[in-house]
This record gives sequence, structure tokens and C-alpha cells, in this order.
Amino acid sequence: MRDPVCGMEVSEDSLTIDGYPDVGFCSDHCRSAFVDEPQKYLDGDVAAESGSAVLEMEAPSPRFGEQETIHLAIDGMTCSSCVTTIERALVSTPGVVDARVNFASEEVTVEAQDVPIEVLTAAVADAGYSARPLDDEDDGDAEAEARERLYRTLLQKFWFAAIVSLPVIYFSYPELFPGIPAKGSTALNLIWGAMALLTLPVMLWAGSQFYTGAWAAFKHRSANMYTLIATGITAAWTYSATALLFPGLFPEERLRDVFFDVTAVVTALVVLGMALEIRARAKTSEALKKLIGMQAKTARIVRDGQEIDVPIEDVVVGDTIVVRPGEKIPVDGQVLSGASAVDESMVTGEPIPSEKVTGDPVIGSTINKTGSFRFEATRVGKDTMLSQIIRMVREAQGSKAPIQRTVDKVASYFVPAVMIIAVSTFMVWYTFGPSPALLYAVITTVTVLVIACPCALGLATPTSLMVGIGKGAENGILIKSGDALETAHRITTVVLDKTGTVTMGQPSLTDVIVMGEVDEDKLLMLAASAERASEHPLGEAIVGGAHQRGLNLRDPETFLATPGHGISATIDDHLVVLGNLKFMADQGIGAGAAESVLEGLADEGKTAMVVGVDGELAGVVAVADTIKEDSVAAIQRMHDLGLEVAMLTGDNIRTAKAIGAKVGIDRILAEVLPEDKANEVSKLQGEGKVVAMVGDGINDAPALAQADVGLAMGTGTDVAMESGDITLVKGSLTGVVTAIELSQATMRNIHQNLVGAFAYNTLGIPVAAGVFFPFFGLLLSPLLAGAAMAFSSVTVVTNANRLRSWEPSIKEETV
Amino acid sequence: MNVLLVNLGGLGVIGLIVWYFWLSSSSGTAAVVTAGGVQETKVIVKGGYSPDTIRVEAGRPVRLLFDRREADPCSERVVFDAFGVSAELPTGTEVPVEFTPTEPGEYEFACQMGMLKGKVIVS
Repeated sequence: MRDPVCGMEVSEDSLTIDGYPDVGFCSDHCRSAFVDEPQKYLDGDVAAESGSAVLEMEAPSPRFGEQETIHLAIDGMTCSSCVTTIERALVSTPGVVDARVNFASEEVTVEAQDVPIEVLTAAVADAGYSARPLDDEDDGDAEAEARERLYRTLLQKFWFAAIVSLPVIYFSYPELFPGIPAKGSTALNLIWGAMALLTLPVMLWAGSQFYTGAWAAFKHRSANMYTLIATGITAAWTYSATALLFPGLFPEERLRDVFFDVTAVVTALVVLGMALEIRARAKTSEALKKLIGMQAKTARIVRDGQEIDVPIEDVVVGDTIVVRPGEKIPVDGQVLSGASAVDESMVTGEPIPSEKVTGDPVIGSTINKTGSFRFEATRVGKDTMLSQIIRMVREAQGSKAPIQRTVDKVASYFVPAVMIIAVSTFMVWYTFGPSPALLYAVITTVTVLVIACPCALGLATPTSLMVGIGKGAENGILIKSGDALETAHRITTVVLDKTGTVTMGQPSLTDVIVMGEVDEDKLLMLAASAERASEHPLGEAIVGGAHQRGLNLRDPETFLATPGHGISATIDDHLVVLGNLKFMADQGIGAGAAESVLEGLADEGKTAMVVGVDGELAGVVAVADTIKEDSVAAIQRMHDLGLEVAMLTGDNIRTAKAIGAKVGIDRILAEVLPEDKANEVSKLQGEGKVVAMVGDGINDAPALAQADVGLAMGTGTDVAMESGDITLVKGSLTGVVTAIELSQATMRNIHQNLVGAFAYNTLGIPVAAGVFFPFFGLLLSPLLAGAAMAFSSVTVVTNANRLRSWEPSIKEETV
Repeated sequence: MNVLLVNLGGLGVIGLIVWYFWLSSSSGTAAVVTAGGVQETKVIVKGGYSPDTIRVEAGRPVRLLFDRREADPCSERVVFDAFGVSAELPTGTEVPVEFTPTEPGEYEFACQMGMLKGKVIVS
């Protein structure tokens, strides 16, 4: 069936109006539009058809998946024709593939390719309306409000049901409490009659969500917690009311008992449980809310030489932005001038402020601490690092851990199974139970229905996952999916790519060894000054090392490079030569004494060069790719966790071994060609190992994808991050440890929840059915069953929330 | 006699439960192809998904517009496990969920707890 107003396909049970049996409507809005001018829409079907044909021609063929979706809030819409006007205006804008206005929420969703938001808002403005970008927070606030309203309503319902429960409990037990008229007396029957009336609003108002929920599920051929509770409290009330109104139906006096208290108390408790659960569940997504709340609202940009404050949405790539001490950096960019220390802990988890000078990248939403600087915006809006992190966390929180797929299968059979158990319980008690059999049968059936808690099962995995993934984001660990989080706790072997992962990935000066008359500083000054003119990366490392020691470098008067061998230069009238042994020999310098030193350095994985000054051997300088500060501690911690640590590198075995020994690697995979990295990972998997691969480069991507869990360094290439399952924003090995620990903690939490939920149901249901009765004469009260059920799901969520206080074992020292 | 009737009645109810919840299924609603070539259907979320069975063709992008009309947190997210997509569904906001099925078959979608369910039948 088609909605004649908007043309949308609607189902058979959609909104309809009398007199038009063949039309259905997607919303009240379309229905009222139709009621106003039915003829227009009935004839308009043809018009709508031709309209869509025109749109089809105008719309560029959409490359699905590459478009972006933009949400705009619209002001000024008064009627349904506005919807069409705005949609037309947007769709006719070049680059827009589709536009859909939601009249009720005053929003439009635009599918477009490379169309700036300003163009879209201008198109809407031309059509006579105003539009502004809608950010994620709007949704969040509306959602929070709706949730808060629901919470308050549930609390009101709880208080109402609780207050009614008190007298109802009192008068339900004449043999227990004093001052109650005797059973069978007219006085008590009148009181019970009042209780029947009093519990009716409890059931139908305070418990209304049970009925609407159960009915909605029933229509979809499914059943849920509401189905069980609704059936339970209705059965209790109906039996009691029947016994009261038609005592003649129950031949035995003992059968004419009432349990209005079950209806009232179970409703009160379950409603309270739901309210508490809403509160607890709101906390599970707190990490994400924190991330969203971190986004800056305004930016101070320089336009036409003036500093002006603009809303963050108006910042475009290329804008120059001014940041003062204590301010939030609004978007991602690159420092143009000035210098400062920036607290990036919210994104990287790194507590030590990062020093920023001209040319350094800055991350939006981080906090500028000490100095002022200007930077150029390089990524804005949804492209900023924080926006991407938010998107990633959102998606990950919505993914499923493999363990949940099993739970889902169980859960899908659970409620109908409980109903079958309840019916069977009734049959068994009625057939074999002691007198009054009917009464026992009703009570046990109600207890079974009330105690079963499908919610605890359903909540067990996703709530822990939400908290765990959120916790990861707080610590600079971006976990892409539930799959990755679950697999990470089974890892047995961690494969580390050497360069950029264990080591910095760029060489720096490590040794200056004096072997002649020239002292150490002068030796380094001369070597560095000579290397200044060279563009070799090793030369840069030497120059960098000299700068670090505060040496004043000179400009060489002459310079000559012999590629592959060495360089020679004249500095302060000294002839300086730098190179390998052969180069020294060519220059007539006797450097035999340096040979053993060179070998020793090579064993340590360093690259060394001999320095000659004025025809004499002066010493040796060595550079090496230095090990990241925290690599050793992180690898030690991996060993503590019982993991085997392997290192993958293209280096020769000697260099690889030297570095491996320093950081404590168990297994070295050296001389691996970039294209063979993935093979090495699959070889390990062939040995039955669950492999985590840690890398940062483009050539690591296949290995990251091949590994059971790929961990990409956030400081590395985008390709690596795309292929990885987990991104370590800070780019340190500590993150690997934190990720594995977090995965273990989360999975432990999930197991606790699942064991608890399964144990609760598998023990609770038989007890409720009365399996202990033949042996101990023990029967569970439906009131207790209600209490147990109400708090079992709250317990699961609360346990998941415990993860919020989780802390990584290796923490950076704060300054 | 009563006992026999009660037990027969009980077995009958069990039979109905098994049939209604497990054995039967609805034929579903076919998605409409929009001007952009996307198969689209609106899905109302209230205690369940309406429609809960959506028929689409393989190889064409699918867009399901979820409109959640309740604040019950159970339905706050919809997950299409087979396509690796999920979406938060703020109350009162229409949220598009997009994917392109390539293989014919039946793919389930559900709330995060797996209690509300629907399926996409790809032909």
C-alpha cells in the first residue's frame, strides 16, 4: 500500500481513514493533509510518479556509500507542502542525491556528495525557510529528556503502586495480622472488594507499559519480559476477583483466597526496577557523552586581519585560528606561529602535555596550557579526529561480541519457553498437587511467570561492551568492534613491527666515541657541521644530536659527498671526513683502531661512521633507531600477562637481535620483506596461536588484517588504522597492554553477567515452579519472585558499570 | 474428568505458544525503490518493528528509515549484525540505516539485547 501524500510504501496496518479503504498513511501529518484535500492526492499519484522521474534524471547517479549524510534543523515549516518545497529545493542543488524532510522533528536529512553545508542552508533559505546544521548533541539532549520523562513517570507509578500495596498486603493475610475480620465474613469480603478496585488502576495504569509492551510484541509474534509480567499479574488479579465475585464457582472454602497483593507488589517492584535500570543504563554511555561534550563550541578566527569569534560549524579548512592559554583548540590543524604545551589527554590518554611549535599538528578539543599560538585549520566538522573517534566508538558500541550471538539464540527461545514451563507447572500442580490444587497451581504459575528475567540475559553482554569500549576511548584505545574486544582477551602471541612500534622509526644520535686528540664536543660539532650540508637521514640524526647538546654548528667552507661512502668538508680550517672504513682508507687515514669499536656498535644494532680530522682518526659517531621509552616496560607487562612477544622486521638478524635483546623479545622474525609480513602472521596462526599484530605503516596493513586482532598505532598511517581492529591513539606499546587488559576485564565482566543471569533463571524458575515442595514443603512467594526479577536486571547493569572504575595497570607518570 | 480437561487445555496452550511464536512468520513488506535507486522502507519502532519483515532485492542499496516512537531503552539501538551496521535511534528522530545486501537470504536485525526482532529477506 502507498501513502498518497508522500508516496511512501506503508504496511497494511498503517493509519487509515474511513471511506478510503485502499489508502494508508505513514503519519498523522500525511493523513491530515489528505483529509484536507483528498482529491488532490488521489489524482496526484500520477503527478508524484512523473515528479520522481524528473528527480531521477536530475540526480547524479549515486555512488552509494561514498555520499555523506547531513542533518539540518529547519525552521519555518507550517504545512506538508513545505516538506515538498524544501525537498525539491535541496534535490535540485547540484551534488545532492536525496533529501528527506521529517516534518514532525523539523529536520531534513540530505544525502550529498561534496556539497558544503552553507550551500544546503542557502538552498533552504532561497525556498523561504531557515536551516542550520544539526549536531549530535541535539539528538542526545532530546533522548536524555525523553529518558528523564520516562524515569519520572515510572517513579510516580512506583509510588502509587507502593502506597496501594501497603493496605493490600495487610488485609491479604487475616491469619497473620491482627484486627482483620475473619475469612468468609461479609466485612472482609467488602474490604477485599475495595482492594480489587484499588489494585485495578495499579495494574492498568502503573502497569500499563507491561500491557502495551506485551501487545506490541505479540503483534510481532514475539514475547518479552512484559508478556510474562502482564500475564502473571493479570492471572493473579483475575483469579482473586473471580473468587470474590463468584464464590460459587469454587466448591472448597480454601480456594476462595485472594492475592491482590501479588498484582500490586509485583507491579510496584518491577516498575521500580525499570526506573533504576534506566538510570544505570544512562551511565553505560557516559564515556561517549563525555567525548561529545568535549567538542568546542566556538573558535576565534582571523578574517581580514580581525580576530572574530564564530560558531565552530562556521570554521572552514584553511582558516587561521588563534588560541590563548587555557582555551580549547577548536579543530584539527597545524601550528603557524607561536608555541605552547597542549594537554591532549582526552584524546590520547597521555597525561603529559605535548610541546607544540611551528609546523606541529594540533588536535581539536584538546586544551592549550601555557602559550598562545595561531594555527591553520586542516580538518573541521565531522572530519576532525574527535568526531571520527566519536563515530568509531558509536559504531563499536553497537556491534556485537561473538559471545552475544550465542546468548541471542538462547534469548529468542527464552520467553515462550518460560510460558510453556508456566503452563506445564499449572498442569502438574493441578494433577498431582495437594489440595487445594487449583490454588497452588495458580500461585506457582504466577511465580514462574514473574521470576523469569529475560532482560538480565539480554543486557549482560551489550552493557558491559558499551562500558568497556567507552573506557577504551577514555584511555586512547579505540576498539572498532565487539569482535575485536572479545578476541583480544584470547591473544597468545603479540607480533610487534619493529620500526615505528618498538622504536621511534627515525634514527637519532646514540654514541660519540673519542679516539684521537679532538674532544667529544668538538668532534660532534665538526661531524655535525659537515653533515649539515648532507641530506642523508643519518646526517640529520647527527645534526639533531649536536643541537640537543647545545653545540654551535658552523657552515662548512667546502663540502664534497661521495655517495655510499662518506663526505668531506672544511670547517674552521679543519679537514673533516666522515664515512666507513674504506672511505677512510681512500682518504689516507689509518682507522684500524676503530674496527672493533664499529663491530661492537653494529652488534648493538647501531649504524656507525668513522670521523677523521686533518688526516688523523678522531673518533666514531653512531646513530640508531631509538627504542621508545615505554617499550621495555610494556613488553615486560605482556610477559606478565603470559603472552609471547615476537618482533617482525626487515632488518638483518644481527640488528634485530640487538634490539630484541634490549626490549625482551621472545621470538625474532628478521629479514622479512614487507610483502611477507602477513605470511609470517599466518604461519604463527598455523601453529595454533591467537595473534595480535601491532604496526603503523602502509606495509603493515595486510598483516594487521591477517592477524586475529590488528592494533594500529594512531601516530601511523591512515591505511594501517583502517586495517586495524584497534587503534592506539597515542602510538605507544603501553596501549597494547592496556587494550589487552581492558579486553580481559570486559570479558570477565561479561562472563560474570552471563553466569549470573543464567544461574538466576535456571535456579529461579524451577524453585518458583515448586521443585522443593515435595522434599521440603518449600514454596517461593510470588512477592519475592517479583523482587528478585526486578533487581536481577539492575544488578547486571550495575555490575557492567563497575567497569567504569577500571584503570590500566601501566600508567604514565604525571609531571 | 476436570484433570483431563485441564491437561488437554494446557497441552493445547503449549501447542499454540509453539506455533505462534516459533513456527509461523509473516510475509513482510517489500521496500520501495526511490528516485536515487535505493530500496527504502520506513520502520516504526514501538514494542517491535513495524513492518518486521522487509523484502528487498540483492545488489541494490537498502535504506531503512527507523522511527522510534517510544522512550523504552530496550529499543534505543538497532543492530544488523550480518551487515555490520547499527544505529542509535533517538526517540522521535527518523534515522536511516543503510547497507547493500549482496547475497540472497534472510538476515535478522534486532535491538541490542536481541529481544525485538525483524528480518530482511533478500531475493
